[in-house]
Amino acid sequence: MHELSITQGILDIALGNAGTRKIKQVNLVIGQFSSIVDDSVQFYWDILSKDTAAEGSILHFERIPGEMTCRSCGHVFRPNGETFECPACSSSSVGISKGNEFQVESIDVE
Amino acid sequence: MNTRIPIIEKILSANDRIAARNREVLDHAGVYAINIMASPGAGKTSFILKTLDALNGRLKLGVVEGDLASSIDAEKAMAAGLPAVQINTGGDCHLDAVMLADALPSLPLQDLDLVVVENVGNLICPASFLLGTHLNVLIASIPEGDDKPYKYPGMYMGMQALIINKIDLLPYVPFNMEYFKQGVEVLNPGVTPFPVSCKTGEGMDVWADWLVGKVNTQKNNGT
Ligand SMILES: [Zn+2]
Repeated sequence: MHELSITQGILDIALGNAGTRKIKQVNLVIGQFSSIVDDSVQFYWDILSKDTAAEGSILHFERIPGEMTCRSCGHVFRPNGETFECPACSSSSVGISKGNEFQVESIDVE
Repeated sequence: MNTRIPIIEKILSANDRIAARNREVLDHAGVYAINIMASPGAGKTSFILKTLDALNGRLKLGVVEGDLASSIDAEKAMAAGLPAVQINTGGDCHLDAVMLADALPSLPLQDLDLVVVENVGNLICPASFLLGTHLNVLIASIPEGDDKPYKYPGMYMGMQALIINKIDLLPYVPFNMEYFKQGVEVLNPGVTPFPVSCKTGEGMDVWADWLVGKVNTQKNNGT
């Protein structure tokens, strides 16, 4: 259910930046560790954007996969949900290097 | 012809701004606030009540209870003698900064040292919604399994103190503490874990002492 408040946040940002222009598309960048369901956001979007400058616009999701970087050997890998160990050298000294993104990157206006 | 306007703004930036205002309200009143997050059944309410016992009158507490749709928990807190306010989220799976902003005026902040916010039981998103509290506390419990950090990295990244509850069950439930802690350390290096049992009371003193230290440090810095 957190998609509703998130969608409202996206709409506020988009409208705040569109001025008087009509919004055609909103471009989002969402990392794997930011859990939202695209379809659910689009569903709320269609309802919330009605009668605004964003009515009828499209949400575009750029998904960034989760990525970790090994501090011991520099290897970059995707966590598999069961372990964070580096698959190259088995070190557990690793850090998250991608996947936390959660932002409106741009809007396309008429 | 369409024009692209670059924005690059965090989706939750409006929430974060209100969270910052909540923090100002709390700091102004000299109150430390903690946000307690956990999955359903991890033992949040009993942990809060046990924390109250372990604090043994050293701090004056208020409670904010987040719940999907009931007020049983706030009644429990009030029965324990605490000023409490209930937030019914009406189906939302988390508290957000606006909800806390609405709740804070119902507490006698000037008379309190510590506000304990009990978030909605959910491991997916509460850590993404900053409330303005000083400390995010995550309660993990032994029966939930040792793989939770790997399954819900967002929650484990978004906390500053980790309670490992129900350690009295360790002899009976398969739980690899080393594996669990490895995941935690990757997501949140240096975080303080507190193994406790709300049932036996084990570990509660260590947690309570640490919390009192946090509150006092904050108070001294604030004045
Ligand atoms: Zn490596």
